[in-house]
Amino acid sequence: MTNEESHDHNKLYLIVWFSLLALTIVEIYLAYMTLSVTVMLVTLLFLSFLKAGLIVAYFMHLRFERSSLFWTLIPATLICIALLSGFFPDSMRILSLGQ
Amino acid sequence: MANGHWGAWSGGGSPFAIGSKKLGMWLFILSDSLTFSAMLFAYSYLRIANPDWPRPFDSHSIIFASVMTFCLLSSSLTMVKAVGAAAQGHRKAAVWWILATILGGVLFVVLHTQEWLGLIQNGVTPFGNPWGVPLFGATFFALTGLHMTHVTLGVIYLAVIAWGFGNGRFNAEDVEVSGLYWHFVDLVWMFILPLVYLMSVPEVQ
Repeated sequence: MTNEESHDHNKLYLIVWFSLLALTIVEIYLAYMTLSVTVMLVTLLFLSFLKAGLIVAYFMHLRFERSSLFWTLIPATLICIALLSGFFPDSMRILSLGQ
Repeated sequence: MANGHWGAWSGGGSPFAIGSKKLGMWLFILSDSLTFSAMLFAYSYLRIANPDWPRPFDSHSIIFASVMTFCLLSSSLTMVKAVGAAAQGHRKAAVWWILATILGGVLFVVLHTQEWLGLIQNGVTPFGNPWGVPLFGATFFALTGLHMTHVTLGVIYLAVIAWGFGNGRFNAEDVEVSGLYWHFVDLVWMFILPLVYLMSVPEVQ
């Protein structure tokens, strides 16, 4: 890493840190707005994935690694996590059992 | 297809062009992300299945959680500084940046413990609470407890790295690998904060 590169990177890291803080403040603000649970959940999750993406890409440096590393690690993990949503219809079924 | 590309995958080479330690940490992070996902899904599942799920996080808790988030996010920034300094061979600077990161982690754990003690004083424990939904305590303490364990172990891990990098036992790659772990702990909190805290602000329905 040359000095000039590291200077650029320092600026980039500051921007990422600031964006993460700003997104967090937006999330906290949203928590106090009267939104429906669904809209709030979708918005908060969207912002959280955005923050996770920023952390993985810049702080964890994945953007600057060989792209084969990204393709090996990330898509399969995201699919595994998404598959867990298959449980949710069951949690809603429990809600209507008592009726 | 270029021969060089096949060469990287034909064995004996390093197709990802990273060291084994770094690849090992990435694989650990993958498995750990699935663990945390399973716990977050369990929390969300039980929350949907229980209409009387408690919402004990008042403004005081949210302010606490926001300050904790600030500590973790800032400690991630000092960690990338440490990794950058280590890569450039500035040993002393790297150690100081790691110590700053440790400070952020310790502040997070102290604040989180305060918050836990406040909840426990109000009768919210892993096995029961005033609202009669014991599953709330079980999932809340398991999830945040597992995360706090990660932060605590991370603080110890970073202390070992700071010591070893300071005296030349560890190299810049070791600092970078410990950074990956630290950023991951930060990343997990980015999901716990909205799903556990922000979705449970009592003033809002």
